[in-house]
Amino acid sequence: MIDADVHIPNPRLRELLPFLSEHWIEHFSNTLDKGASQQYYPPRSPVTGRGGGLGDLREAVFDRGGAEVAVASCLYAVDSIHNPDAAIALATATNDWQSREWLEREPRLRGSVVVPIQLPAAASEEVERHADRPGFVQVLIPVRTEHPLGSRHYHPLWKTIEQSGLVAAIHFGGAPVMPPTPTGWPSFFLEEYTAMAQVFATQLTSMIVEGVFDACPDLRVVFLESGFTWIPAHLWRMDKEWRNLRRLVPWVRRPPSDYFREHVRVGIQPLDAPPVPAQLLEVVEQLGSDDLLLFASDYPHVHACDAGERLLPLLPATLQRKIRDENARSLYRLPEGGVP
Amino acid sequence: MKYVVAEASEIEAGGRKIVTVAGRSIGVFNLDGEFFALRNRCPHQGGKLCEGKLWGVIRSERPGDFEYRPSREILCCPWHGWEFHVRTGQSWCAPERLRVRRYEVETVAGEEIAEAADTEALNVEHPDAPAPGMVKGPYTAETYPVTREGEYLVVEMPG
Repeated sequence: MIDADVHIPNPRLRELLPFLSEHWIEHFSNTLDKGASQQYYPPRSPVTGRGGGLGDLREAVFDRGGAEVAVASCLYAVDSIHNPDAAIALATATNDWQSREWLEREPRLRGSVVVPIQLPAAASEEVERHADRPGFVQVLIPVRTEHPLGSRHYHPLWKTIEQSGLVAAIHFGGAPVMPPTPTGWPSFFLEEYTAMAQVFATQLTSMIVEGVFDACPDLRVVFLESGFTWIPAHLWRMDKEWRNLRRLVPWVRRPPSDYFREHVRVGIQPLDAPPVPAQLLEVVEQLGSDDLLLFASDYPHVHACDAGERLLPLLPATLQRKIRDENARSLYRLPEGGVP
Repeated sequence: MKYVVAEASEIEAGGRKIVTVAGRSIGVFNLDGEFFALRNRCPHQGGKLCEGKLWGVIRSERPGDFEYRPSREILCCPWHGWEFHVRTGQSWCAPERLRVRRYEVETVAGEEIAEAADTEALNVEHPDAPAPGMVKGPYTAETYPVTREGEYLVVEMPG
């Protein structure tokens, strides 16, 4: 079984100091700048759970959870840092720290390169710096960004990720200068969390329509903590609009839903479950492919509706096996039969 | 039966004239000096096809790349956007639309089944497709031969 979404807790600034240059150590020691402090959720809420150290993760994800491999990301919010050089320095330090303190010490754990997405050229350099490092299998991109992810602004970064062989993991959250809904700033967390599905939908549309997958035909993308029940209806609409407007974007040579099914995979946790559980089966069927969904626990975050418990038992055994194992194994190009 | 429908100089290249001949509304098109006539009635649901816009052929390999053939030979019905080649009356559409239609024609004449079978290779790019991802559609707009006799255009109507 592969767990496609677990988390390494955000590093404390003092944990990053060994990975920063003397200039940055002095900067963070002597000024009020203490790096990223942004948390996506309120302190002490169940979804904020920091988890403990590597021992706790081993116990929960591998021993009790039964994962053979787990793909981890660290949600340290370098995208919230306005000083560009500090953002770059902290991204690099976070990656070196992840590599040394987590990935090198636990071969079943795979990592995600943290990048300053607000600086696409610097993000590309960060990807190149870590692409061949053992342990890293993907690049972490928060779904909320300053520009739509399909815009030309990001095309060189997509090309770098494609050529690096890493997966682009687009994850719930982000702290750019833009509001978290398509119509402006909401007032309450409830609005922000609910709107995140629309942000994913907008990014999916943007990447397909603006030709990211035509420019980068080998690019593999995974949506993490996006939910998936919104996807079929969104694809129906995108295909419909494409039929009428395709002349304006002639590089989109197939229905957008084809691009989605070829290039994008989706983690199942957390789940937006309908009141009648059996209705989930219809949604899974409407996705139109058994290759799309990946088991994910979102350790150490705890959700009211656990996808592993609610969704998987409803599905036929072959599809369960694909979701628990084969789809992620294929996406991350993990060898059959265990970690070397 | 032959009908004189216009003076040749009346319809400039890229232009059209809609006339009524033998009780039928007909569009006569000048494609770069060649003349073609179509019935002004879309075989889909009867829209005034010949009042639609003319388009060229566009394709692209990557974002920002536009390979445009300004033939302007594709006539787009103002009602539902079905597209027809002015030269042949052949319709073009999204493969999804065709799938529904294919189901319908399975029980009819052998010739139609053969035509539908041509569209099996749905994702094969056809050089005449007006935009990427389009395939030959199930409809053929009624066309009529147009000849130029001296200064006049003559349409030949059946019956």
